[in-house]
Amino acid sequence: MGSSSVSQVGAMLTLPGDAVRQIQWRFADRFDLQMLVQSTRSVARGQVARMVASGERNTHEWTPAKDEMMRAFDRAGITAAFMEPEEGGFIAGPKNLAMALIAFELAWVDGGAATASLASCLALAPIHERGTAEQSAHYMSLAAPPQDEDRPPKRGAFALTEPIPYVGVDTGLLSGRIRISEWKEGEEPILQVEKRGRFITNIAGASFVTAAVDSDDERIKGSCIVILEETDEGTFDRGTPTKKLVHQLSSTGDPIFSLKVPASRIVGGYTVKDGVIVPTYNHSEIIEAVFRRTRIGVGLMTSAKLLSAIEPVIRYQRGRFRGAEAIKEGSLRYELGIQQREDALQRLVDVWATGEAGTALGFTTARLYDELDPLEKQKTALLAERGIQGGRSEMKALRESETRALELLTGNPTEERRAELEADPLVNYVMKDAVANVICPATKLWNTGYGATMMREAVSLMGGYGITEDCPGFLANKWMDAQLEATYEGPEAVQRRQLTITMTNELFLTQFRGWIKEMRRIASERPGTGACTLATAMTMWLWTLKYTQESKDADGNKLYQGPRQGVTFALADALSWLMAARCQILDVQELEARGGDDPAVAEGLPATLQFLSDLCHVQSARAAGEVSRICAELVYGYNRHPAWDAEQHKTCFMSDELFDCAIVAQPPCAGCAGSADFLKLQNKLATCLTGSRLAKDRAAITVSKVMIPEALDYPA
Amino acid sequence: MANSFHIVVCASIVPDPLQTLEPITGPTGPGLKSEMNLPAVLDPWAACALYEAASLATKHPGSKVWLVSMGPKAKLQQVMMTVAQKVPFELVAVDGPIGGFTDAHATAAVLAETIAAIPGLDREHLLLFGGWESASRGAGVTMQIIGERLEITDQFQGVDQITINNDGSFTILERVEGGKHQVSTCAGTPALLGWATGELPEPRNNPQVGMANMRGVMPALQKAKSAKLDANGLSYVSVSLPKQRRETRLVKDMPEDEIAREIVQWIAE
Repeated sequence: MGSSSVSQVGAMLTLPGDAVRQIQWRFADRFDLQMLVQSTRSVARGQVARMVASGERNTHEWTPAKDEMMRAFDRAGITAAFMEPEEGGFIAGPKNLAMALIAFELAWVDGGAATASLASCLALAPIHERGTAEQSAHYMSLAAPPQDEDRPPKRGAFALTEPIPYVGVDTGLLSGRIRISEWKEGEEPILQVEKRGRFITNIAGASFVTAAVDSDDERIKGSCIVILEETDEGTFDRGTPTKKLVHQLSSTGDPIFSLKVPASRIVGGYTVKDGVIVPTYNHSEIIEAVFRRTRIGVGLMTSAKLLSAIEPVIRYQRGRFRGAEAIKEGSLRYELGIQQREDALQRLVDVWATGEAGTALGFTTARLYDELDPLEKQKTALLAERGIQGGRSEMKALRESETRALELLTGNPTEERRAELEADPLVNYVMKDAVANVICPATKLWNTGYGATMMREAVSLMGGYGITEDCPGFLANKWMDAQLEATYEGPEAVQRRQLTITMTNELFLTQFRGWIKEMRRIASERPGTGACTLATAMTMWLWTLKYTQESKDADGNKLYQGPRQGVTFALADALSWLMAARCQILDVQELEARGGDDPAVAEGLPATLQFLSDLCHVQSARAAGEVSRICAELVYGYNRHPAWDAEQHKTCFMSDELFDCAIVAQPPCAGCAGSADFLKLQNKLATCLTGSRLAKDRAAITVSKVMIPEALDYPA
Repeated sequence: MANSFHIVVCASIVPDPLQTLEPITGPTGPGLKSEMNLPAVLDPWAACALYEAASLATKHPGSKVWLVSMGPKAKLQQVMMTVAQKVPFELVAVDGPIGGFTDAHATAAVLAETIAAIPGLDREHLLLFGGWESASRGAGVTMQIIGERLEITDQFQGVDQITINNDGSFTILERVEGGKHQVSTCAGTPALLGWATGELPEPRNNPQVGMANMRGVMPALQKAKSAKLDANGLSYVSVSLPKQRRETRLVKDMPEDEIAREIVQWIAE
């Protein structure tokens, strides 16, 4: 794998099919998920595609056709996928990978459809993650499409964001209010809820809403999330539809609620202390638990668009000149069209590599959360046994587990001690949690942000056709939609801010160091994967993080500090590139390890591995370049440029050095004292790019040869 | 168990018709380029038979449907991820070669033997269903030979409809020349029906049905017996895809009657 040429193993025969993807994304042994994929795909490439093709996106209003789409989701099991079997679902256990696959399949055709399917789950998620057992059983069952009853399932909306001045940018501040309307002795308090929402998804068909509100009454402590129902006393006004330019198949609006509800609707329940209602969870604790999971699907939506663009672009490129009088059948122009030209092929390779990396990152994150979910429950139960519940006491208790985890990772424990630490569920939890806190915002940030940029590239590869309604694969819609995906459920700045905090956690960094070793090992066994390039870029990132944490700028101000987003956000961006490229390499490793066992994959496996490895190499080189640029700017950019006087010339490159470097410039040029280590790393990184362009050449040849279906499998 | 049936549906798998199909000749004879890599579907004609079988079983309580399918296990498993969500059935899998170039006699022999070995199958109440045609190379005789081997002599081909009568007999519509149907009445089971398209739409995927089916599908795939088919002297001189023919004219504002007249004239040619 990796270092061979196309001529040795041949070009990949067909586009990677389900059998390949199931191995890469680790659900080859999960037939429940395989069925879910097929079921979701039939709705996406059937009903949803027909709606988009017939112009259903041209209105902001909620139409009968859009409502019918929701019913199609119900019938296909998409709605029920979020529920447990006893609640009317069919998938047991954690469902992050299941929800990620649904989002991927629907977004392959339309992002709005994917959002519509996820929005009901978003409304249920606060109840699912933090609700009482009664709340969970009641609302999950109501939202599950009934098997035998003749009633529509209840749909929900999640109301967090509010009208200006806040507009949801800072979700810590809430204008929505809750106060006690009536509290009779020995009875349940009745609450008055006032909430105005903005950009609330799924509102048109919502029967219930989970709304974030703050206390407006000294007898209620802090904020909470409360469940509102359309039949509650008062106003349940869905408001006006938002005039979105994108994702029009999902409903979005600005609702107004003024309702009386029993206090039992507070998500997670409450206790009464000295005559004050104390919600078990404040709204921040709940949304943290919710968003860290639902953001995965959003990240994957943009990556799905990139991979969905490959087939239509190849078909367009090959057929570009067919039909012209002068282009005879059998001629090179007839057969290859634009694919005669290297640039067209290589740009498509870039789009493809980005799609592969984003998808790998997204599904890795989803699987990690599937592992984390039961551990989190175990953690909560174990701490509860010790009388610890949430907040600082939990953080303190987990600190001990973090120390134990570090001992496991970096110490040299005896075999007995190692076994003890490995069996400790709290150690397991803190290790996975440290990675999850980084990989989730990285998925949302990188997949959508850079994905939107590359989606523009995909559109450009279709020429003028790309920005027409007729463009196969709806590429122009997907490009626009990607911009919303970069924004909702926490825009890019929010993800960068979270990364800024979580990526400096020592437990994460220790595991990150382990990943560098892992990449070095892969590089030694599989030199053509780009793992070597990536390992060096990861080392450079780590070096730069430490440098910025310990260094000051020319004015003596600390470089790495919260408000200095020019430093922290840039490092967050760089880390996200690395995370994506690493996951991509690991997915190909998995395919190599298991592909031979599946006869449907084994035929042509070497060529498929060669191509996917080449994409890894291309992407690793691109990521390394980006990391190198960012790190160099941070290391050098905060030094003041020297004046051209004798004293300051000491740190400068002089003319003969510049000529040695073959740089044509007027001497002198600024150098940087004390950065020899960084320069060594950068030098190493440059040499690590060896072979990356050859990999791109090979991948481009494959793109020109790979067999594609006769026609797209959905209407356009 | 008045009018309940044991319905066995024979169905092969074929490459997804949207794929680019390129015939090649390998060491074992003709095949399709990258056939194992191409996504597969249940043969559309046999799929119609399966949907009709499931519908019939629903209308006649006590009935049961088996799906007998031969193909590489890995491909069968892939196809089942969709098919198993459509209707309830029990899979009987045979691990055999893919492709439409096997000898129909050898294929029929394996399938007949497999059907005869189904535990609990009541051959007196057996309805043997399959496709009248195939989306791969339709030999046109496989179902008939299976029927003969199982000693089922009441055979109907090109079936579009079956109506069960109260006395256990059934009325069958078979396609005949000229866009017409021949109406036959059969006294009762066992019988063989080679289905045309039938009358039912493709059922929607229902993962709940799929999960129920999968409890039997996965074990069936695991214990699928391997079948080696003899060529029986069969050889192919040449293999090619049907030629595509496309004659497009753009005409604006043509009256409907005129369009109809042209179509009739085209058919007549």
